[in-house]
Amino acid sequence: MNTTRTGYIAVTLSLVVALMLTALPMPAWAALWRPAWVALVLIYWCMAAPAYTGVVMGWVLGLFLDVLAGTLLGQHALALALVAFVAHRFHRQVRVLPIWQQAVSVFGLVFLYQVLNLWITGIQGMPVLASAYWSSPLISMLLWPWVYIVLRDLRRRYQVA
Amino acid sequence: MARLIAVAVVSVVLMTVDHRAQHLEALRSVLSTLVYPLQVAVDLPIQAGNWVAENFSSRQRLVSDNARLRENQFLLDAKLEKLADLEAENRRLRNLLDSSAKVGERVLVAELLSVDMDPYSRRIVLNKGARDGVEVGQSLIDSNGVMGQVVHVAPFSSNALLITDPSHALPVQNHRSGLRSLAVGIGPLNQLELAHLPNNADVRIGDVLVTSGLGGRFPAGYPVGRIVKVERNRGRPFATVTVQPSARLERNREVLLVWPAQPDEASDTMPTHAESAE
Repeated sequence: MNTTRTGYIAVTLSLVVALMLTALPMPAWAALWRPAWVALVLIYWCMAAPAYTGVVMGWVLGLFLDVLAGTLLGQHALALALVAFVAHRFHRQVRVLPIWQQAVSVFGLVFLYQVLNLWITGIQGMPVLASAYWSSPLISMLLWPWVYIVLRDLRRRYQVA
Repeated sequence: MARLIAVAVVSVVLMTVDHRAQHLEALRSVLSTLVYPLQVAVDLPIQAGNWVAENFSSRQRLVSDNARLRENQFLLDAKLEKLADLEAENRRLRNLLDSSAKVGERVLVAELLSVDMDPYSRRIVLNKGARDGVEVGQSLIDSNGVMGQVVHVAPFSSNALLITDPSHALPVQNHRSGLRSLAVGIGPLNQLELAHLPNNADVRIGDVLVTSGLGGRFPAGYPVGRIVKVERNRGRPFATVTVQPSARLERNREVLLVWPAQPDEASDTMPTHAESAE
């Protein structure tokens, strides 16, 4: 479980790409269906290479997401820190599961992330659509196998963890 | 576990401070500068696409565009001449009446970098920031009407709130009847509502609303929208009046940032509070 410099570069680059995918402009009807890219990549690294990640990393990543999305500073940070904590704690149980069972756990984690985000949005008095609770977790779950395969190849090539 | 609790406490404190006061502008500005390259990188392919489309458009189209624009320019020039005359007359009359005229606002063209990542709020990121003299509270217009106002400024970019955001309200005046009211954003839809208008208020479908300039934030006289629906419910104290914004909020790439002719004193207050104090 030693960390290497190339490992850190690979992890950071994948997270930067996730932030860019999050900032990608999408048509209005698809806005609700935007996958939680940053959460997906963070969950992967928490499970596959726990030595590189942690609660604080999720939190800092969330701060960047807050600035990018123009939300309250700390909103995405809190949600991602919690996701990182849970993913880190159960990484041994989840990483031995077949990929579709992993996807179900990812649904749960992204749902947790989404619920926290929507609660904080709701506390500020903004209207929240009920379908937003499940649309993003669902699309994230369906995308998980592809994210998993791409990041696994990246991990093997750069021998992360 | 200890780390999670620490981080959660810091997050809650940050959110509370960010929501209640404006002390975190410096932190937000630093982080915005760090993510600015990302936003530019995401925008790059779109810019490249536009560039390619422009460069490979046919000569015939360019010629016809040119002719149309020339004609437009001619018409606008004629109108402008008349307007300059009227403006001079207005200034003369105002001098006679001893009241100050508010003409000669400064403008700057800015481009959109990114739009609404969050489906609940209506915010945009512009490619002009403190370096170009952008200030918090500046209004944002396009060629058809008012779009919104600047809420955060970073060195190279700035965040603006559109008038359709649920936390935004703007003081307007009915062009026909002179009735003043507040146009409040209602979120996901491309619509505004007029707040607190009694059932017998003088509003009709098709009425044009312009900014009243009362909040001190927006310059007066810019078109805001047109009333598309008036519902008068006997059982309710207020009428529901729906307004369609005249600015093309969802379709623009270029916007105009306006500096008021006279600097206003109210620019350090929260946007919502400044505007709702009609």
